Amino acid sequence: MGSLYRSEEMASCQLFLQAEAAYACVSELGELGLVQFRDLNPDVNAFQRKFVNEVRRCEEMERKLRFLEKEIRKDEIPMLDTGDNPDAPAPREMIDLEATFEKLENEMKEVNANAEALKRNYLDLTELKHILRKTQTFFDEAMSDQGMTEESIVLLGEEAVKTSGQPLRLGFVAGVILRERIPPFERMLWRACRGNVFLRQTEILTPLEDPVTGDRVHKSVFIIFFQGDQLKSRVKKICEGFRATLYPCPETQAERREMSLGVTTRIEDLNTILSQTQDHRHRVLVAAAKDIKVWFIKVRKIKAVYHTLNMLNLDVTQKCLISECWCPIRDLEKIQMALRRGTERSGGSVPSILNRMETKEQPPTYNCTNKFTKVFQDIVDSYGVAGYREVNPAPFTIVSFPFLFSLMFGDAGHGTLMLLAAIAMVVFEKRILRQKSDNEIWNMFFDGRYIILLMGAFSLYAGLMYNDIFSKSINIFGSVWHPTSGEFSAEIIKTHKDLTLDPTNDTDYRGVPYPFGMDPAWQLSLNKIKWLNSFKMKISIIFGVGQMFFGVVLSLQNHRFFKDSISIFCEFLPQVIFLTCIFGYLIVLILHKWIAIDATDAGCAPSLLIGLINMFLLNYPEEPCSSRVPPGQKGLQSFLLILIILCVPWLLVLKPYILKRRYQATQQKSSSRLGTSTEDGKSAEDAIDGAIQDDSHGQYEEELNLLEIVVHQCIHTIEYCLGCISHTASYLRLWALSLAHAELSEVLWNMVFRVALKVDGYLGVISIYILFTPWACLTIAILLLMEALSAFLHTLRLHWIEFQSKFYKGDGYLFDPFSFDKIIESRADEV
Amino acid sequence: MTVPCCGPKCSAFCAIISFWGIIMLALLGIFFYIEAPALAEDLPIDEDVWAAGNYNYTYVSDLYKQVAVNCWIATGLYGATFIFSCIMLKINLRSSYSSS
Repeated sequence: MGSLYRSEEMASCQLFLQAEAAYACVSELGELGLVQFRDLNPDVNAFQRKFVNEVRRCEEMERKLRFLEKEIRKDEIPMLDTGDNPDAPAPREMIDLEATFEKLENEMKEVNANAEALKRNYLDLTELKHILRKTQTFFDEAMSDQGMTEESIVLLGEEAVKTSGQPLRLGFVAGVILRERIPPFERMLWRACRGNVFLRQTEILTPLEDPVTGDRVHKSVFIIFFQGDQLKSRVKKICEGFRATLYPCPETQAERREMSLGVTTRIEDLNTILSQTQDHRHRVLVAAAKDIKVWFIKVRKIKAVYHTLNMLNLDVTQKCLISECWCPIRDLEKIQMALRRGTERSGGSVPSILNRMETKEQPPTYNCTNKFTKVFQDIVDSYGVAGYREVNPAPFTIVSFPFLFSLMFGDAGHGTLMLLAAIAMVVFEKRILRQKSDNEIWNMFFDGRYIILLMGAFSLYAGLMYNDIFSKSINIFGSVWHPTSGEFSAEIIKTHKDLTLDPTNDTDYRGVPYPFGMDPAWQLSLNKIKWLNSFKMKISIIFGVGQMFFGVVLSLQNHRFFKDSISIFCEFLPQVIFLTCIFGYLIVLILHKWIAIDATDAGCAPSLLIGLINMFLLNYPEEPCSSRVPPGQKGLQSFLLILIILCVPWLLVLKPYILKRRYQATQQKSSSRLGTSTEDGKSAEDAIDGAIQDDSHGQYEEELNLLEIVVHQCIHTIEYCLGCISHTASYLRLWALSLAHAELSEVLWNMVFRVALKVDGYLGVISIYILFTPWACLTIAILLLMEALSAFLHTLRLHWIEFQSKFYKGDGYLFDPFSFDKIIESRADEV
Repeated sequence: MTVPCCGPKCSAFCAIISFWGIIMLALLGIFFYIEAPALAEDLPIDEDVWAAGNYNYTYVSDLYKQVAVNCWIATGLYGATFIFSCIMLKINLRSSYSSS
């Protein structure tokens, strides 16, 4: 594992791979995951690349696999995920895989088609069975009562009875139609046939399965009686239009019964065939389900290798593939070994060559992280990826992030809960990782388990310092406020509602402060918030200025590493002086106020903010406490003010001036060199040599755009100077959020749990039992989730803006190696 | 006994809250018993009764003990809830294991 302080040293390399060994070598590099290939054919269309056929074949295979997966999922067969990681198979194995998939796909398609045909048959037979059963009742009604029913008489009119007197021969059609279509069907029949046909219908009680979609639909049996051929054709056309299926129904009862028996036997046969088809399909799918995950991985690996091979260039002799890549210098050995393995595997004779190149491009930023540091590196990268070999803020974030979080979240009870939750996640992490949940929010919390662990531990400590456990204080060492009965007799206590304890009086105050954290007596005092505000604001400023100063020091490290001595002199020095003179001095004043001034001088304690403003306005009023002002303070402050004012033009002007002078010097040098050589009559070659030398030098400063530099420096100066002041004030959010958290916690206790405790007598048991759960749930929801997220966000902002703006350029790009693990992980999320 | 009355998530939640309740209420009971002044504002003090007793301390002391006992009984109740929810969890796990 490398150091996290700066990103790894990267080298740009050229890879020469023998054509036969190329596939194996690239797949070995994919397993290793340490090489980022550069696309050497960016202008080439995807369809014109060398290995486009292979990629197409891979996509075909993926399609077949996806089809199989869909079928497996439809049958709800569990797919085995052994966590196996098979190597990318050799190209000749690809043909075998293709054949297997082809066979499976064809089998599945055949089985599905057969099943569909069988189901359609089954449906027809079932409908016929229903028709035969139901029409029995129709015919009974129609043929009873000497063959005529009331309705048919009315339908056909009086003439029919008069003319024949015997049962009329009615034609009929029987069929099945969707239940929803019956009312419009009836209406259409009535209108088209002018009421001369007679429809009877009855519902089929069991829903039937539609063979195409597999839905269950409700249908009804109908029978239409009519007379004559014209009506018959009309009725048939209407039935066709409404997609009713007509079945031939025999007229006599004996025939119908025979048909019914035949249909029943055929239905049973079909049932057995259908279930056998389903079993066969199930068996095929179960066999496929065992291997399908492994196949997916294999196909994806092959496709990835061919994609990468497409990025390589074919050299002149057509025997060898060339590629350019970025790789960390530290791991060159491993890469060489991987290449050797690949060449051996493919049986090639010529070893692959890795050749380092010099390049002017900015290399990618590669930070080696483990599971603990990964989350902190991600936090930094979310804002901007560090430039190549810039100082990486991540290792400092490991401590400063939970620390600043804890300043805002300081409650030992909530910290304990957070710590326990994080410990649970960390202890069971292997089990949870294996389960691979889909829930985004849970994954977010789980990925951040180490940062939550640290935040909880730090908050526990901060809570003990603030002496705040679920809004109650804990008295471990004995409070130092102990009003004696001499000062506060029983009479005084009984008659006064509020009493003041005087810290200058040793009957009230023991004289030495509480050894660890806040004295527990403050929890019961009325001016607790005022006291804590003053304290928390001051420590916020101290920590804030400390972090910003540290940021400026890191910029010095960057300047020294990149050998940028101008910046050290023209940027770092004025920045440090500016920051120290204003806010370093403020911290000195804070410490002085804390140490040198005690309660006896409380009336004359110097105001820090007013004092700072007066320093800038050179305003030293004659107030009653002016005798308290330490001698020489006025002189010191004036001196600091002069320094501060000097820093601004120093920061603004000096760097562009120096750069301009340098550029002019090199211009003069190169022009004078040319001038002297032609004058002296030296050979033209010398002159050209000199010019070339200076050219390569002057390439850096050739296009010195003075305006751009001046504007850039102007922006930098204003940003820094104004930023110092505004960022320092911004650190006061450490105080603000801590106050909000403490107040929320107190309000929750007072409004919810105190109500339970204040119930007198044994009824209190019920109230405590009932009200504890909502208090606990609200604590988790409001204080642990909402407040923690809020504090997290503010800490993030403090790091990204206030801390990193002092030194971080963040103009790099991430190292994106060709790695099978990454590809499979990302695809696993998709699929 | 074989049919759980809460699902797996509900019983897990009840188990965690009950466990928290046991620890916290037990500690709270102890703190009330030792008459911690931090908890003075949470006592069910009746101003008139206290004034009638001439603001003597025994009234407050008795109240402290009373609330402590209340907290401990509530601890016991949460203990019972914890056992109940653990049993529910076990039933849920068993039924899901047997069905899968």
